[in-house]
Amino acid sequence: MTRPTVIKNVRIIDPSQDLDETGTIVVKDGRIAAAGKAAQNQGAPDGADIVDGSGLVAAPGLVDARVFVGEPGAEHRETIESASRAAAAGGITTFIIMPDTDPVIDDIALVEYVLKTGRDKALVHVHPAAALTKRLAGTEMTEFGLLREAGAVAFTNGRHAIHDAQVLRRAMTYAREFGAVIALETRDEHLGAGGVMNEGLLASWLGLSGTPREAEVIPLERDLRLAALTHAAYHAAQISVPESAEAIRVARNRGANVTCGISINHLTLNENDIGEYRTFFKLSPPLRGEDDRTAMVQALADGTIDIIVSSHDPQDVDTKRLPFAEAADGAIGLETMLAAALRLHHSGEVSLTRLIDAMSTRPARIFGLDAGSLKAGAVADIVLIDVDEPWLATKDRFVSRSKNTPFEDARFTGRAVSTYVAGKLVHSGR
Amino acid sequence: MDSFPHRHLLGIKGLTEPDINLLLDKADAAVDISRQREKKTSTLRGLTQINLFFEASTRTQSSFELAGKRLGADVMNMSVGNSSVKKGETLIDTAMTLNAMHPDVLVVRHSSAGAAALLAQKVSCSVINAGDGQHEHPTQALLDALTIRRAKGKLSRIIVAICGDVLHSRVARSNILLLNAMGARVRVVAPATLLPNGIAQMGAEVYHSMEEGLKDADVVMMLRLQRERMSGAFVPSVREYFRYFGLDAEKLKAAKEDALVMHPGPMNRGVEIASEIADGPQSVIEQQVEMGVAVRMAVMETLLVSQNQGPRA
Repeated sequence: MTRPTVIKNVRIIDPSQDLDETGTIVVKDGRIAAAGKAAQNQGAPDGADIVDGSGLVAAPGLVDARVFVGEPGAEHRETIESASRAAAAGGITTFIIMPDTDPVIDDIALVEYVLKTGRDKALVHVHPAAALTKRLAGTEMTEFGLLREAGAVAFTNGRHAIHDAQVLRRAMTYAREFGAVIALETRDEHLGAGGVMNEGLLASWLGLSGTPREAEVIPLERDLRLAALTHAAYHAAQISVPESAEAIRVARNRGANVTCGISINHLTLNENDIGEYRTFFKLSPPLRGEDDRTAMVQALADGTIDIIVSSHDPQDVDTKRLPFAEAADGAIGLETMLAAALRLHHSGEVSLTRLIDAMSTRPARIFGLDAGSLKAGAVADIVLIDVDEPWLATKDRFVSRSKNTPFEDARFTGRAVSTYVAGKLVHSGR
Repeated sequence: MDSFPHRHLLGIKGLTEPDINLLLDKADAAVDISRQREKKTSTLRGLTQINLFFEASTRTQSSFELAGKRLGADVMNMSVGNSSVKKGETLIDTAMTLNAMHPDVLVVRHSSAGAAALLAQKVSCSVINAGDGQHEHPTQALLDALTIRRAKGKLSRIIVAICGDVLHSRVARSNILLLNAMGARVRVVAPATLLPNGIAQMGAEVYHSMEEGLKDADVVMMLRLQRERMSGAFVPSVREYFRYFGLDAEKLKAAKEDALVMHPGPMNRGVEIASEIADGPQSVIEQQVEMGVAVRMAVMETLLVSQNQGPRA
């Protein structure tokens, strides 16, 4: 059992109870004993570590709902253990693994494998999302009931879109009874097929095939109709254009049970960052224009977009050091999600509370996880943030096994200085 | 001595009007060398040129080869397109292998946009882009400019109509950049399916009819339409395409009487251009080939000699 911890004089921001006040957090037996102004005079438990949190923000540990790892199948890119160290360094205490592994997480044995590896080796909580269709092929549904019982927290097709509306309708109808959330990325298989970046003037000059925004929006609108039809819990995993946010808003107003997420990359970068074919900025969906980015930041601030994900996707030099069109999509993000998100706080576009809500409380709620709160009795997953500390994201700072970050040498203000998982200090960067 | 502040030629983008004039002036002189009985000079003697072609191209490759040989360089051709070299070896690996052989210039053609730029980051010699995907083909634009300048005496304020598959054409992109830099007026004429997104902001006036697009043009530049794009994917059929966008005597009448007809080759006779026009009095298609060698000589000489006042160590 870990020793009790008392964090004093800290600004506590907990969106789960609308809390933003300076006070004390008392941690005992891996759980929150008390948190807030009222806890100040409670006195510390015997043998407690006393931490002075002056000048810091304490928030519920971050929950990242979209993380790709290489285990099993591509451990040279990332293992569950190495991803967990990267997560801890970035203030993330819980993450959900996408099923795009080899073999695919479409069977209870794989769910159990991920959970066991997480328990034995990871510094943070690890939950698997199971494949919605067998082998992610988009044709036959997986065993939602058994997978859910084994511990899968969501059903997704990972990087792959579901093209067949009939398959999706049946999956949604069947999954509903098991209370399973279906989280999908939408991408039309024909429209913009072969597209490698945002369609537009920049792609035209670079001679690269473009992916139009309609390739995301049209299948999303289809999915939202099916979600309304089947009353399924639907989560749009990664939207990138304001038309998608608008579609979500409309569906929600009609009463559908739908939520959506956006990657930190799409909130803080745009297509111009690709410059002369920089493959670390090759993502799916592609980085969009600056007008799109600012509109998405606004949609995050007003709550239309529920959550922020890192979309951590480790890639090796052999998949990235290629001509742009041939290079793999994806960027790592566990270690930089918080710091990049704080840019939106410093620019005054999104409040700190909303950012923490979008990276902790809300994803925990959507995926039914015991996380995202500092209420008494909650698991003591805590991140201490120095909101104002400047730092430089040099390559040697990254602990992830892959180095494909779009933020190499980026200047940030603010980072996670300490990360606690169930009361245990798993990262300390002071 | 005029200076050329670039180590590589990866595209027309980034070149200024003086840069382009310098290359064209040098190319003018190189034309004379090629027309002499004794065509070989010693300008690049002792230097090694490697032509690295990941995409087959008889014309461009032989043009670069001839240019190098006339300047006295040792020229080696590597056609990687269909050979086993490509298997399992990435572009970068191939480049590093070749780099270890100490070439002085790499001439690269590749089917992916940005390939030449990627290579240039990894090797220690000059790199010339001989066509990268749908991005750029700078020496083609330069040879087109030289052909026009020799016939019309200038590039500024002339009207150039680029017709056909602009969407997939690196030749069109490089030409749009070059002609704009030199003060020419550029038009594109094509069905909307064959124009890139945002074309109106790329420095070209957009036309969808040959009659309007060619009106008063000084130069009519035809582009090749690839066979797999003619039967339903981008245009319905060859005969419909030829009817509306193929260059024949009737459509050419809209242009100025002395308008030049150009084509980067290889031509699809009866698809984008009628034979009688391709072989007619206004056609300068053969001159383009001749200018190609001259322009490539000028580019290599400029990159390898002029800027250092002597061959690179």
